[in-house]
Amino acid sequence: MSTEGHGEKPIPRFLSQDQDDASPMPADTSNGEAVGEGLAQEIADKVITKQAHESELDAYRAMLLIRRFEEKAGQLYGMGHIGGFCHLYIGQEAIVTGMRQVMEDGDQIITAYRDHGHMLSSGMEPKYVMAELTGRSHGYAKGKGGSMHMFSVERDFYGGHGIVGTPAPLGTGIAFANHYRDNGRICVTFFGEGAANQGQVYESFNIASLWKLPVVYVIENNRYAMGTAVERGSANAHHLYNRGSAFGIPGEQADGMNIHAVRAAGKRAMQHTRSGAGPYIIEMLTYRYRGHSMSDPAKYRTREEVQDMREHHDPIDLLGKHLVETGEATEADLKSIDKEIRALVGEAADFALQDPEPDPDELYTDVLVS
Amino acid sequence: MSHQVLMPALSPTMEEGTLAKWLVAEGDAVKTGDVIAEIETDKATMEVEAVDDGKLGKILVPEGSEGVKVNTPIAVLLEDGEDESAIAAAEAKAPEPEPAPEPKPAEAKPQAEPAAQQAKPEAAATPRPKAEIAPDPDVPPGTDYVELTVREALRDAMAEEMRTDPDVFLIGEEVAQYHGAYKVSQGLLEEFGEKRVLDTPITEYGFAGIGVGAAFAGLKPIVEFMTWNFAMQAIDHIVNSAAKTHYMSGGTMHCPIVFRGPNGAASRVAAQHSQDYSAWYTHVPGLKVIAPFDAADAKGLLKAAIRDPNPVICLENEILYGHKSPVPQLDDWVLPIGRARILRPGNDVTLASYARGLTYALDAADTLAGEGIEAEVIDLRSLRPLDLETVLGSLAKTHRLVVVEESWPVCSVGSELCARAAQEGFDDLDAPPTLVAGADVPMPYAANLEKLALPSAEKVVAAAKAVAYRS
Repeated sequence: MSTEGHGEKPIPRFLSQDQDDASPMPADTSNGEAVGEGLAQEIADKVITKQAHESELDAYRAMLLIRRFEEKAGQLYGMGHIGGFCHLYIGQEAIVTGMRQVMEDGDQIITAYRDHGHMLSSGMEPKYVMAELTGRSHGYAKGKGGSMHMFSVERDFYGGHGIVGTPAPLGTGIAFANHYRDNGRICVTFFGEGAANQGQVYESFNIASLWKLPVVYVIENNRYAMGTAVERGSANAHHLYNRGSAFGIPGEQADGMNIHAVRAAGKRAMQHTRSGAGPYIIEMLTYRYRGHSMSDPAKYRTREEVQDMREHHDPIDLLGKHLVETGEATEADLKSIDKEIRALVGEAADFALQDPEPDPDELYTDVLVS
Repeated sequence: MSHQVLMPALSPTMEEGTLAKWLVAEGDAVKTGDVIAEIETDKATMEVEAVDDGKLGKILVPEGSEGVKVNTPIAVLLEDGEDESAIAAAEAKAPEPEPAPEPKPAEAKPQAEPAAQQAKPEAAATPRPKAEIAPDPDVPPGTDYVELTVREALRDAMAEEMRTDPDVFLIGEEVAQYHGAYKVSQGLLEEFGEKRVLDTPITEYGFAGIGVGAAFAGLKPIVEFMTWNFAMQAIDHIVNSAAKTHYMSGGTMHCPIVFRGPNGAASRVAAQHSQDYSAWYTHVPGLKVIAPFDAADAKGLLKAAIRDPNPVICLENEILYGHKSPVPQLDDWVLPIGRARILRPGNDVTLASYARGLTYALDAADTLAGEGIEAEVIDLRSLRPLDLETVLGSLAKTHRLVVVEESWPVCSVGSELCARAAQEGFDDLDAPPTLVAGADVPMPYAANLEKLALPSAEKVVAAAKAVAYRS
């Protein structure tokens, strides 16, 4: 079972001994503050149910890791170290983190191209994710995939897909494999509210419901399909959770900025699907603070709208406040967590900048399985 | 007035059938719409209805008769008041077997029975003497052969692989209860059950993506497209999801999947149902593409495809489904993907082709042999990887290359092969590499135009003579 690796020394499968020898890894502690390899994976592991049931502090850590990672990625993009398309998850962290907390070991995740948060919450190492963003040899795809295309079958993360809507049938297919093998696993399939208008999504809903496949569809409704507000692109725009009703798929809407709401809805969905009742849809109402991708100036919405979300609905601030109010953590604790995570992300960035580009010979490898 | 009941064509590609059963006897009264007989095609048992009222005067073809050609008179129907003397008159006007219509637009074509159905005359090529086919070097000497249709060979390939690997399953439209729209999956539901043989709704994009997702998760799906024409709706998952993921993942996630179904022109189904997609998929790195010609190809290549850890496109041909040819009786007949076969050796000109193109090439080789030109006929078998070595090796011997394919000629597998021959076999060429392809038009419906739009043995003969500088 691929989940046996959880909690073990985090080494992506392709980093074989040979490759390590051939291309020595840059030092881990270039800034002098060794945080220790594996911390990020520990953070991720702790939000996966079996490791620690719904610990608020662990969720906080996991969300903050995504936030700081994405901020750093944005910074490196601005400096020209990351190329192409880069879609940041800032603002949406509670969704994948909360869902992770209600998933079991062995359940799978698949998503589209706003995927860094899903990777980190799956326990993929930030420095190898970041090295993929910078197109370097130790990136999760050896620098051949980039921001939108990373995978870790060991960590039950199935990508990372660049075409809008494709995660729906692909995730349904992974669920089909679960069903075929009767292994009790669920594939949690994420896509955006823009993708929710795609024909292939409904083709998937139909088959998933017809065959009672173990798939939970999570629509991350961040209000804008690139520049098109949901009201301009979707009929009955405020009821996307209802999009499966014609196929008999139950759905509900949840506040995706509030991890407690995410978990509550997630738990209902997972229970429903785990019982063998087939698919379930959760529409998570959320917001992305940044543009669609790094090159999007986001002129289609007001500064005030963004500011309001940041000030009043930020998922990390909300959970931080809750932790302090309940006495689970002090402000000082949160500051210390932030420091720890900043150091971790800093190391990841340093690694990603020092890691060599892929060997030219890699151009022709991995086209076919030999 | 009495008239004949003719053997009807019951599918666009039906050439002949078995008159399985008469449901009426001589002397019985029949009404329009009455079921009078059952006919077995290679795909199904169909009922024949009377198209007139009257009395069945005489049965001309007894039940149990096999290989009854389309349009053969099978009975005489008498009108009210007519007696048996009318039977002789009706028999007398039995038409001669219909000649293949010449490709002349002006020609009026005799039409029999329900006007919609007309067998494709050129598909009824006479069986080729087997002696002309060179032995397959992949078959050990002394191996016994069994005659199978391409349809049966494909089914056997799937069944054998499903028996040995529980991760292999078949998914597609009508593959289970209907046994495949073209009856390729006959018996599979019965043997493997509904868990492993799954009918889908008519939603190619969705079920192709589901197949790819299942392959990502480690299963080995066989995804049948009713025809490749409909896979255009799914091509995003074939190209973007299946073909590219191994590369995009740095080799960490692969996609062991087979997409298969009939490709190219069938017969009289017009432009949207008659496209050859060989060039489309052969263009894509990350895919393998096979194009079986005979039953041995079909079985050996499809078994290899199912075992292959990569996405494989299997381009079958509806016209070839019913063709019989010998298949080696081996426990495990598997052909390597990427190796061509020399079907017929010769020294004067190389005819390289694939799938149904080979029917023209082999017929042309017969004609050419009669005129003293020995053609070497190559069955490419795989289009990606393309066995350039075998083609160039043949070219080094014959110094002349004609590629035959049904595809459109622009940016085709054939044009690629011609280009590569020019680049890599330039010194061996005594004449320009030449392509005999389909016409560069959407496939027309009219029988004469459709024939003009496809290659023919005559066109291949002309091309071969041109490169041999013979008139």
